Amino acid sequence: MISASGLPASAGVGFKPQHFADIIGGDQPIGFVEVHAENYMGAGGPPHAQLAALRERYALSVHGVGLSIGGAAALDAEHLSRLKTLCDRYQPARFSEHLAWSSHGDVFYNDLLPLPYTEQTLARIVEHIDRVQTTLRREMLLENPSTYLAFVESTIPETEFLAEIAYRSGCGLLLDVNNVFVSAKNHGTDPSSYLAAFPIARVKEIHLGGHEEQADDEGAPLLIDAHGSPVADPVWALYESVIARTGPLATLIEWDNDVPAWPQLASEARAANAILDRAANARAA
Amino acid sequence: MTAASPAFQDNFANALLDADRAVPEAVTSHTARTPRKRFAVYRNNVIVGLVQALREQFPAIEKIVGEEFFAAMARVYVVNEPPRSPILIDYGNGFPGFIARFEPAAELPYLADVARLEIARTRAYHAADATSLNPAHWNGLDPAALADTRATLHPSLQILRSRYPVVTIWEMNAGGIEPASIEDCEAENALIVRPHFDVEVRRLPAGGAAFLHALAMGASLGEAATSAAAETPAFDLAANLAGLIGAGLATALHCTTAHKDIAP
Repeated sequence: MISASGLPASAGVGFKPQHFADIIGGDQPIGFVEVHAENYMGAGGPPHAQLAALRERYALSVHGVGLSIGGAAALDAEHLSRLKTLCDRYQPARFSEHLAWSSHGDVFYNDLLPLPYTEQTLARIVEHIDRVQTTLRREMLLENPSTYLAFVESTIPETEFLAEIAYRSGCGLLLDVNNVFVSAKNHGTDPSSYLAAFPIARVKEIHLGGHEEQADDEGAPLLIDAHGSPVADPVWALYESVIARTGPLATLIEWDNDVPAWPQLASEARAANAILDRAANARAA
Repeated sequence: MTAASPAFQDNFANALLDADRAVPEAVTSHTARTPRKRFAVYRNNVIVGLVQALREQFPAIEKIVGEEFFAAMARVYVVNEPPRSPILIDYGNGFPGFIARFEPAAELPYLADVARLEIARTRAYHAADATSLNPAHWNGLDPAALADTRATLHPSLQILRSRYPVVTIWEMNAGGIEPASIEDCEAENALIVRPHFDVEVRRLPAGGAAFLHALAMGASLGEAATSAAAETPAFDLAANLAGLIGAGLATALHCTTAHKDIAP
């Protein structure tokens, strides 16, 4: 089943080269793969050979981690042009990026850093997304962040901020349910209320991943978006509640650190497929 | 200035790489006005993520100096020379030079060259693809025209000249062969190339670096042999030609006198 997003409404995985033989060899419980754009910006070699082979067999989602859309500075024209080259070459079903910044001055920090939500940052981000969509000649999806702290000057709730960005720029949204859970716990709020306020009609892809539990200086929960473990049970429950509202949507399992052997990742994908199937059946009934 | 101005981002960004700086005034949390540990998560993510990127690119360096020393050295590099581009496959380019200047590693003078070899491997891995000529292609060439023939070298091909046995040291620390004490401490020049899927590291024969360098600059085989022999009297043309042909280093041949072009 091909959803409106262009990605099939089934589970997908963040591609890791060590899983290439498994993914390309057999019948796997995935409808798409997602890659980090910045890992495919060399001229050739095994990365491109693998990506081309995957693209033949699966729908492809390209996920950027270095555009710094949430930064104050203008977007890096050179990097945007590299993204365009990549999208032109592989024609992915989806391109997505983050509500975050990662570069400042001439330094790239290689992390998804947070920003205050104000009228000023909102206008800047809408400008940046316009530029991305105009350059790539495609709709992009913007992903909600996981955050560990807040900003004194924020005046707009995150859900409203994302809704307004999507409305003004025409971009779609990528809903990371693990990020919703992590951020809510970190800010002492309720993830279900966040999801109730989320502009769900704009969501065209879901991300799921594992997190790690720590505590802050005061002993309050501090969840880290570590992508190094299975999806947590409360995150599965939230996901099921989202899919019950949206119907089946392309759902990515992200596992970037301490990457397990393929069977464990495949079993996470099957768990997502089971929830997608239940939602599809409930709708058909 | 509001929190969204570059000045705000300056404070946040500068504090990321400098643990002595205070947590920016602009950030807060529901549990504490100054969320030290929460801000430290970002500091840690940035440093650990970049150190990890270096670990992946320099496994032999890590093996030589040990995990702890490597992490400490990489951390100093990250803080002082953070990446200037979101393409992290280029981030290691400054690491060999940094290692050469890094005082605590001074007793391992060959370390920077091993790092250069690892950089060359990364570059070869990501280099443009091209089909190498096989020995049968070379058979199409009239031996009399050989000296006037120019070769296009594979785009992944790189030459590393070293005063140290750089290939042997690298092999001993990249899992190829068991580490042992090196009795014969002779200089080695390395060839790094990816004719197909896998990156290969070879020891160049005498004069091989000069020979390939001349070919890369557009010299004919005859001219390249002359300049290699001038630099290294022990230069053996037959051995070097055998390497050029057998290792698939050329992707095209062009002979003006015989009006002949050979491509795969």
